[in-house]
Formats: sequence, C-alpha cells, structure tokens
Amino acid sequence: MARVVVDVMLKPEILDPQGQAVQRALPRLGFEGIADVRQGKRFELEVEGPVDDAALARIHEMAETFLANTVIEDFTVRVDEAVRAES
Amino acid sequence: MTARVGVITFPGTLDDRDTQRAVRAAGVEAVPLWHRDKDLHQVDAVVLPGGFSYGDYLRAGAISRFSPVMGTVIEQARAGMPVLGICNGFQVLTETHLLPGAMLRNNHLHFICRDQKLRVENATTAWTSDYAQGQEISIPLKNIDGRYVADERTLDMLEAEGRVAFRYLTDGPTADGYGNPNGSLRDIAGITNEAGNVVGLMPHPEHAVEPLIGTGRTDGLGFFTSILKKLVNA
Repeated sequence: MARVVVDVMLKPEILDPQGQAVQRALPRLGFEGIADVRQGKRFELEVEGPVDDAALARIHEMAETFLANTVIEDFTVRVDEAVRAES
Repeated sequence: MTARVGVITFPGTLDDRDTQRAVRAAGVEAVPLWHRDKDLHQVDAVVLPGGFSYGDYLRAGAISRFSPVMGTVIEQARAGMPVLGICNGFQVLTETHLLPGAMLRNNHLHFICRDQKLRVENATTAWTSDYAQGQEISIPLKNIDGRYVADERTLDMLEAEGRVAFRYLTDGPTADGYGNPNGSLRDIAGITNEAGNVVGLMPHPEHAVEPLIGTGRTDGLGFFTSILKKLVNA
C-alpha cells in the first residue's frame, strides 16, 4: 500500500488566529525565537493499487474539490516514498 | 395559493425546528427535508438552517455540501429557486460556491453568542424585501466560524453590485459598542448572489420571530414574510 500525503495550508494573505495563538504561547512555555506560526492540515491517504499519474490526478482533483477550499487554502500532493519503499 | 418552504436537516443540524417554526409564523407551510433525500418534495424555496452539520469536520459545511439533497438544491438555486442559508447553512452555501468567499474561525477564537445589530444593505432580495433599505435590526449571533473572508476583487465586486446584504453595525449612535464580532472583512454579515434568490448570513433570524423569547423583538420575521410575498406574487 502506498501513501500519498496532502498538505493543506491557509493562503498567505488569510489571517490565521489559531497559528497566532500558538505563536504567542511559545515564549510563555520557554520556546524562544519563533517569529510566526501558521497552522494547517495534513491528510495521509493509503492508496490501493499503483500510485501512477492517473491515481495522482484523481487525488489532485479530490484535494481541489474536497480536502481544500481553494478560496482560502493552498494544497500540495506528494507520495510518501518511505512508505512506498517499505511495501 | 400556499407557499411551501423546505427546511433541510443534516446530521448535526440544530436549528431546523426553530426554522420550521419561524416559517410557519410567517404563514408559510414548512416542509422538513432530509439530507439523504434528493427529492425537494415540490417546495418553492429552501432554508439551510444553523448547527454543526457533520461536527464541522474538515471545514464547516464542507461535507454537507456533497449530500444528495444539495445536488438538487444547487441545480434549483441556479434555476432561480430562493435559498436562504443561516449560520452553518451560510457556510454550506459558500462551500457550494453558490455564494463567493468562505467562512473561517472568529478572529478572537471564541464562540460568540449575543444579540447582534445589523444593517440591511440590500432590501431587494427574495429574503429581504419586507425590510427597508438601511433598516437596523437586532437578531441573535452564535458561532465560532463566523469570519467572512474573500479576496479584495471579490469584496469590491460584492460592494459594487450591491451584494452585501447585511453588515454588522459597528459604529454610529445606534451601534451596540461591541464592534465587529468576528473579524469579518468589511463588516460583512451576509451576502446575496447576483440574482438575489440565494442569500446567506451568519446571524439567526429564525430565533427572533416571537416577542416572548430571545431579543423580545421580531426583527427576524421579515425574512420569512419576504419569501411569502415573493412566492405568492410569483
């Protein structure tokens, strides 16, 4: 079974108050030197069958229509090679 | 002629019963609709009520948007059927792209629940014709994902075309002093599509239709009397 990872992040121009809250909490917890935090989502898809161009195209379509809302979010699709090598 | 307005229930919808009640309070027949049923049962208009459909998983409204009933709603809305989305229903409408923009977590990260003053910016839509242009109303607001965002071009287009239907009242002598409740861009509380048949807003008109409860006012009733007039005159 191969794994494909879809990362979804708010677009840079969209305010991320959750990321800001995390960033503001860091110095209080003794973690210094973090200027900014943006919070996103990661989807790990366990794919049945080969991860070929057709499968990746379908996953791209899935990310564009469902996993991400492209009005406010960007996404990336990548194959997790470590998982592929193990299987 | 009797007007029939459908009220959709998704798993996790909360305000379907209140919405049915508000529809009936305006003298309209309320028809409960189920998310898995593609059939709209000959309703003349549809309300997507508030709540937390699918637990707001993925994004608020994102999973409901793909329910069987929404396929028909999208098709009929494009053909001119009036659709109103309240709170979670507004989130569903932005996810369908029937309305532009998107809803995000409130800028202060808190759930908010209070009576909210709004200004009716467009009194010509299917759901707002019983209000006066510029009328100030007070209805409950209760959400955590209420921050309306869209890119500058879309915001400018909405303003130019008069498609900002409601704005939070943030200044002037009649404002309540709370300011913008959630960081919504340009104080937008609700918008309409180009044709004026699809309207979405975050605050809850269905919770302000009887003097006995809530705000003690009936400022929300106009949504439902507006649609009655629209349907009866159609």
